[in-house]
Amino acid sequence: MKSLDKKLFRDLWHMKGQALAIVLVIMSGISTFIMFLSVMDSLMLTRGRFYGEHGFADVFANCKRAPESLKERIAAIPGVALVETRVAAEVKLDIPDFSEPVTGHLVSLPDDRPPLLNTLYLREGRLPEPWRDNEVVVSEAFAEAHRFHPGSSFGAVINGRWKTLTVSGIALSPEFVLAVRPGAISPDFKRYGILWMGRKALGRAYDMEGAFNDLSLTLSPGGDAGEVIRRLDRVLDRYGGFGAYSRKDQMSHRFLSEEFKQLQQFARIFPLIFIGVAAFLLNVVISRTVATQREQIAALKAFGYTTTDVAVHFVKLVLLVVALGTIAGILLGIRLSHGLGNIYMEFYRFPYFLYVLRPGVVGLAAGITGGAAVLGTIHSVWKAVRISPAQAMRPEEPAQYRKTVAERIIPAGILSQPTRIILRNLERRPVKAFLSIAGIAMACAIMVVGEFFGDTVNYMVDIQFRRVHREDMTVTFIDATSGKALHELQGMRGVEYAEPFRTVSVRLRSANRTYRTAIRGIAKESSLYRLLDEDFRVKAMPEAGIVLTDYFSKVLGVRPGENIIVEVLEGGRPVRTVPVAGFIREYLGLMGYMDLDALNRLMREGHAISGASITVDERLQPSIYRTLVEMPRVAGAVVRKDEIRNFYDTQAESMLFFTFVATILAGVIAFGVVYNSARISLAERGRELASLRVLGYTRGEISYILLGELGLLTLLAIPLGFLFGRWLSDYVAVAIESDLFRIPIVIESATYSLAASVVVVSAAVSGLIVRHRLDHLDLVEVLKTRE
Amino acid sequence: MNTTAQHAGSETAGIVFQVRGLTKVYEMGEVKVQALRGVDWDLAEGELIVLLGPSGSGKSTLLNIMGGLDTASGGTVTYRGKELTLATEQELTEYRRFQVGFVFQFYNLIPSLTARENVSVVTEIAKEPMEPENALALVGLSERLDHFPSQLSGGEQQRIAIARAISKNPAVLLCDEPTGALDSQTGVVVLEALERVNRELGTPTVIITHNADIAAMADRVVHLSNGMIVNIATNAARRPPAELRW
Repeated sequence: MKSLDKKLFRDLWHMKGQALAIVLVIMSGISTFIMFLSVMDSLMLTRGRFYGEHGFADVFANCKRAPESLKERIAAIPGVALVETRVAAEVKLDIPDFSEPVTGHLVSLPDDRPPLLNTLYLREGRLPEPWRDNEVVVSEAFAEAHRFHPGSSFGAVINGRWKTLTVSGIALSPEFVLAVRPGAISPDFKRYGILWMGRKALGRAYDMEGAFNDLSLTLSPGGDAGEVIRRLDRVLDRYGGFGAYSRKDQMSHRFLSEEFKQLQQFARIFPLIFIGVAAFLLNVVISRTVATQREQIAALKAFGYTTTDVAVHFVKLVLLVVALGTIAGILLGIRLSHGLGNIYMEFYRFPYFLYVLRPGVVGLAAGITGGAAVLGTIHSVWKAVRISPAQAMRPEEPAQYRKTVAERIIPAGILSQPTRIILRNLERRPVKAFLSIAGIAMACAIMVVGEFFGDTVNYMVDIQFRRVHREDMTVTFIDATSGKALHELQGMRGVEYAEPFRTVSVRLRSANRTYRTAIRGIAKESSLYRLLDEDFRVKAMPEAGIVLTDYFSKVLGVRPGENIIVEVLEGGRPVRTVPVAGFIREYLGLMGYMDLDALNRLMREGHAISGASITVDERLQPSIYRTLVEMPRVAGAVVRKDEIRNFYDTQAESMLFFTFVATILAGVIAFGVVYNSARISLAERGRELASLRVLGYTRGEISYILLGELGLLTLLAIPLGFLFGRWLSDYVAVAIESDLFRIPIVIESATYSLAASVVVVSAAVSGLIVRHRLDHLDLVEVLKTRE
Repeated sequence: MNTTAQHAGSETAGIVFQVRGLTKVYEMGEVKVQALRGVDWDLAEGELIVLLGPSGSGKSTLLNIMGGLDTASGGTVTYRGKELTLATEQELTEYRRFQVGFVFQFYNLIPSLTARENVSVVTEIAKEPMEPENALALVGLSERLDHFPSQLSGGEQQRIAIARAISKNPAVLLCDEPTGALDSQTGVVVLEALERVNRELGTPTVIITHNADIAAMADRVVHLSNGMIVNIATNAARRPPAELRW
């Protein structure tokens, strides 16, 4: 090894504390980068493999009832490769020892052959025997939630008839990687499950022998999804088609894609913060190192080392620190990836998790960090090595100080001498002071962003489940039913109040933009389901026209007063022009709302309802549910409180993970910045402080000069960090918003105080470490060394 | 710039340095400091010169310009026929790398490297260097090869610095107050090392000092004062450093 390289390693060892702090910051940046990107890549790879091996379809459609013979016609549509028809139905389930409403989505499997598309990955047991109407395969998440194994059984109401179903196997499907009940905001593994049964048996139960109501197909290479969908809709139109859709609108696929988008955004934001901070810290530390080695540089140059040789030497030092941080970051990143991967696998049910860390990701991480670090340091290195050796050998001119603005404003006598030293020091190097503040502020901002999701979720739950929904239970009927059904509900023991609603599947159209959704018809003066305007005031439902989720203004480009075309996808399938009566603020999904009577007029169906919101006597809730299970026309019921609880249960683990990661990361940054600043101040001003000690200052007093400055920086950084945090949250929210959800920026004061606390504690810890050094300042030695 | 010592112009044969009308002005903020006010002087092959003068007389400035560490404000310095004052940054670097051995008052060792490694730092980039061990043996430090500067006395550190300077077999040896930070006993050891290199290897050597007692070991003594040469004295015979006392 060359002597200069030996020097490199020894120099690094000499500044190991500071180097370690920087390595930790780089490690944090690289590991989050690796974590987010590799988890995204892994999930994409896993999804791709699972989709490929299990024939995930390209286009999906549902209809009322179509003859099996139609399959031939559909297969003949240009661009269609394989077609699979199925029978699918929502069923009420009655799980032993679980008294809450549970819904199942029952899907048929061919009896005489394996399925062509959306095939099952059997985790346990076997497929149901053909023709058997009491055997089902159940989805894994649902089976786990209820501890089902092959042989377990539970009750189900299939087309109004009670049946005991036995679990023959447990499976996963590319179609239901994430199984979310339509209309729900998060998966509920306990209360929603996917069941598969033989086609014949299911067809018989639903009067679908020789017919189907669910269809999926794959496209041949070069097949145009849009064109296939248009033709398919035309074919299914007569049979009550609800409108075909491609993968990108398939729920499970949709959620996965949104998740990838989020991971990509996170991978973009968090690591950049760390890399920026690391570059700044390296700049500070390397500048200092270069300054202390002024005479060594002079000697090296006097012996004929070129300016470039010496610069390269210091750049190597930078790269060495970066390399250490990168390696540590990759290792930690892989570890964190598995943690995050496991959390995702709880939600997204894949048969396996193919972990992949692309060399490109590692290369990019190392490249960006190395590049930023070199860019961040090259200026100070170059400035130091460029000076002529003769000049470098002369001691640096004393730093120039002057009276500060604060001193001019605050009358003399109020500021103590040490406080003046602090102020002058900050004012002398305003850029460095500002960057230190910015660095610490970033720590604070990371905490805010990490925690703000929790606050937002609380807020969304509050809006959605406490201010919009005010019922105890929502009951849905199998089909739109006569308004009389409401009286039946009202007459039940324990039901205090019932309010009808109607939902209709529609395609909304404005110019050439369309969106498939539903219109909810709400009773006049509804009290259990309320519309909230942009300021969350209760908005009265207009007599005429349609009220839309505000995000529709982006999706369809419509404004209040303009007309949109409503293509109803059920019943008589009318197409109507309806004026937009206004917008309401909603964070989840996109919906249209109309007055119930107006909607029924639009449908020309008389007084029909799809379900009811009810309030109940809580003590009688279990018995009410039992009655509902037995009512043939009731498709299912959802208890609002269960929904809230489930939501928090499913989110809790990932929230905790993010809080944990954010806290560690923020702590690392705050520690890194404060510790490095302190060590450098100590190195630069050790003589000055030792001199003060000799003059009779106490340890506490000299610590105040050094640490007081850092304390001041930290205090200034916290409000700035709140601001950065708010901006970053805004950025994240806008970057990941979609028609599935929008994220309101809600940051609770608890989040701010937690962020501030983490920063203050990290700063205090680094301060204490430096204080320890200050206490052991060797007065004589420091005074002897020549600066 | 030609870096081989043998290529010398005929008119300056036997002359290593030819300094003519050399001036140097430092601008320190608004203050101008005239460090050299027109210096004329030649250094011949094999000579050992002592540059004498009080602090601020311009000794170090002269030496730094001769060593290619600093640039002149006016006048010329010719090294073996080549004008240093016209050399580019790159040429000066090469000149320092291959021609000059420099010894500093404060040693300027690299604290994170051992004695041997401090010498290697120079031999690694030189053309036909000595083994670092041999260079250290010349200054009597064979026993201290793997000690770090902090484990050595000032005299030992300065001898490493000398070993470092001579290890590249320099064409000229320039020493800035090599004994300035040492007591007289240690100073003698250091001067002996320099004298021995000059005598055995024939390396032309310039030693700066403000200590007149050292002048007796030189072939010639150049007195500087206030940026000008006030006197050049030739010693009839060089006295061995061991006989010097101060």
